[in-house]
Amino acid sequence: MRFSVSVRVVLKDGVLDPQGETIGRALKDLGFDSVIGASTGRIFRLDIDAETEAQARKIAGEAASKLLANPVIERYEVEISK
Amino acid sequence: MKVGVVVFPGSNCDHDAYSAFKLVKGATVSYLWHGSQDLEGAEIVVLPGGFSYGDYLRAGAIARFSPIMKKVVEFARSGGIVLGICNGFQILTESGLLPGALMRNGGLRFICKQVILRVENCGTLLTADIEPDRLLRMPVAHGEGGYFVDDATLINLEKRGQVLFRYADAEGVVTANANPNGSVNNIAGIMNIEGNVFGMMPHPERSCESILGSNDGLLLVKSLCSQVAGGIIAR
Repeated sequence: MRFSVSVRVVLKDGVLDPQGETIGRALKDLGFDSVIGASTGRIFRLDIDAETEAQARKIAGEAASKLLANPVIERYEVEISK
Repeated sequence: MKVGVVVFPGSNCDHDAYSAFKLVKGATVSYLWHGSQDLEGAEIVVLPGGFSYGDYLRAGAIARFSPIMKKVVEFARSGGIVLGICNGFQILTESGLLPGALMRNGGLRFICKQVILRVENCGTLLTADIEPDRLLRMPVAHGEGGYFVDDATLINLEKRGQVLFRYADAEGVVTANANPNGSVNNIAGIMNIEGNVFGMMPHPERSCESILGSNDGLLLVKSLCSQVAGGIIAR
């Protein structure tokens, strides 16, 4: 079965995110006063051929920890969108 | 004394590194292709600066899985001397040979300029020829050079003398203004605990001839070579 899997990679808490800060400031300048913080990350979409959803999830997790995310600075979440 | 300079697709300081090590008497330098699995007997392996694999994903993230890196990791783990400069430093952290990570510069800009480095440990293979209090001048050229490491590891790095260079002002004082990229504790270069793997963002290989504005980098290149040639490394 083919699963469409999203891997969301974001910076760990406490890691400086100058891009997020700059975007947050820009939004404030545009009048988004209610935006009190912004951070950046990325999403990878993987098409995975697997027997079960659990298996697809596992493969995506392995891909994330081995390559897509740098565990020193980033964490990841896996989401199945079918 | 055999030096191997690894060439990745996108390396652009490989020729500079080659020329820099060529300046050392008795050194033979060769290029090592990223697709090869043979270090050709190199006693020092240099991972040069550049944009290996276009810096796709993260700087150094793809290069780390190239065939030659398997051999470089084995070589380093068995005590072999590895020097990573700029992108080479990024590859070394990505491959786990050095702690921490290199992040997008604090100011978000690509920075290309001369910096002053304070040498924090003159008792290493890379810095042995440097007199204490000698400041080094050499260029940085990077977009992702902000050194980051978790607090616990940082404390250990500092305690064990693994921090080799810090960005400093012209008087050698480590200030926030002298920090070009937001690196923690102004760190510009480190080594591993064992003292055989070195990583730095500034470019010693681009400052080995006075016509280029500084030859301070040659001190590091020569130091490394003389320490290895002097048989200080028993392998």
